[in-house]
Amino acid sequence: MNRKWAGLLLISPALLVIAVFFLVPLGLSVVTSLQAKGGGWTLAHFEKSFELYTTDMIFTVAIVLLSSALIAVVAIAIAGYLTLGEHERTRNALRWLYRWPLFIPFIVTGQVMRTFLAKNGMLNHVLVGGGLIEPLAAQSMLDWRGIVIAFVWKQAPFVTLLLAGAMASLEVQHIEAARNLGAPRWRVLLGIVLPQVRGTLLVGVVLSFVTMLSVLSVPMMINPNSPTMMTVDVAYRISTHGDYAVANALCLVSLVFASLGAWVYLHHAVKRVGVA
Amino acid sequence: MNSAGDLASRWATNVVRATAIGLLAFVIFGPLANLLLWAFAERWYFPAKVPQEFGLAFWVRVFQPRGNAVQSLLTSVGIALMTVAFCLAVAVPAGYALARLKLPWRGFILMLFLLPQAIPNLPIYVNIARMFYEVGLNGTVLGVVLVHASHGLVLAVWIASAAFAAVDESLEQAARNMGAGPWRCFATITLPLAAPGLIASAIFVFLESLDEFTGTYFVGVPDVITLPLLMFNASMGGNYQIASITALLLLIPSIGFMLLVERFLKADVLAMVGR
Repeated sequence: MNRKWAGLLLISPALLVIAVFFLVPLGLSVVTSLQAKGGGWTLAHFEKSFELYTTDMIFTVAIVLLSSALIAVVAIAIAGYLTLGEHERTRNALRWLYRWPLFIPFIVTGQVMRTFLAKNGMLNHVLVGGGLIEPLAAQSMLDWRGIVIAFVWKQAPFVTLLLAGAMASLEVQHIEAARNLGAPRWRVLLGIVLPQVRGTLLVGVVLSFVTMLSVLSVPMMINPNSPTMMTVDVAYRISTHGDYAVANALCLVSLVFASLGAWVYLHHAVKRVGVA
Repeated sequence: MNSAGDLASRWATNVVRATAIGLLAFVIFGPLANLLLWAFAERWYFPAKVPQEFGLAFWVRVFQPRGNAVQSLLTSVGIALMTVAFCLAVAVPAGYALARLKLPWRGFILMLFLLPQAIPNLPIYVNIARMFYEVGLNGTVLGVVLVHASHGLVLAVWIASAAFAAVDESLEQAARNMGAGPWRCFATITLPLAAPGLIASAIFVFLESLDEFTGTYFVGVPDVITLPLLMFNASMGGNYQIASITALLLLIPSIGFMLLVERFLKADVLAMVGR
């Protein structure tokens, strides 16, 4: 009984920080988005948000979903080769290569892609130099494609790291049995390995999904003009109009998008805690 | 005939492999190389493929004693160090309690620590900025430290808890059986064994703080200009050289940590994260 309260005492400062700097602002966001000017409750801020920013909402969800899907594909391919690949030198090269962007911040990714994907950026110079496109066909990719590329470049190594770790800890007997029966490697990957690490993939992709929903720097630097991502709209409402009501309504809409993913993630995480 | 066919197909596989690795290398390093070119470009006008003139003039400008880059670097490092101190002071006891002690409402508490990762942090930052404005914390270093700490804490608690959980409990039992008190046991057995994981969590928090943009953008302006904000302002102002040099400064610790992370974060600790 004594130890129980000792534990609570030790953890209480952390809980206090979460309460003051997470739960209170979250509550404030809900209240602000629903409060009318003279007091009382209203849905006007949400109506205004949808009126002004429906296109941006669709744009945001589409970009984040597409990025998440691409991240999953890249992570499965790289982690799969790291686990099942037979050529050791290629495996080592891949392991050394894929993780470079792992801890590079979003804002640096934004700047890096801003130069790389521009009309006179290195990508176009290499494509033209390699004879792959005509010089006149060179175009700037600093639109929705730029955001997707920046997101995948930055976030795929994180999911790959998680996934490769999970795959490495699997029982090798199943994999070897299937290989001995003559199953090709891609079938072993999709049929035997992937189902066992589904949970890890899910957690990695959902965390990326939620993170990408609230990144401000990348869309601001790569594609600040309409249609753009909702984070840019939120910053604009605040810095230009001081309009916290609509800004918070927009925040809550993106929260609803995230909560779908978050529900899946929490469900899985709590289940794992229960098992351990 | 057969062996010649084998040879050809092996050769083809090797070419495919080499091409795939080469493409990936370009995708990873191409953007970084482009940044490097910009950092050392004196003049670079369309449609030149590489800068017309290389030089260090912008580096001199960035690092001159009165230049704001040095000031921003000091601000950023100072804020990051304070954030680490704050986070560890709170996360070490919390992590120990989660890993070793019986907690009432354990599932609920765990969920509270998972939740901030699962929710977009934009509404949090926007409203913390409003709260801080009321109490005069906006535009202060303390305000930025608190925002960074609230963000880094969740990760710090997870890693600290995993680091403590990975310590072999029988070692603690042995110390206790030989008469060591709980404090002595913690200080001489548990803490040193968990230290690599705790160092990893400190580095994580340091990097998160150093790289943080959105929270600082709302809470720090206009007085606290960290390195990411300086980079952003330079980039939006069209000064790609200054932006690229600042980005390089931010890249060095990120890539250094990427190369070192496995030293600190062993697989046994990683396996315990989120449990």
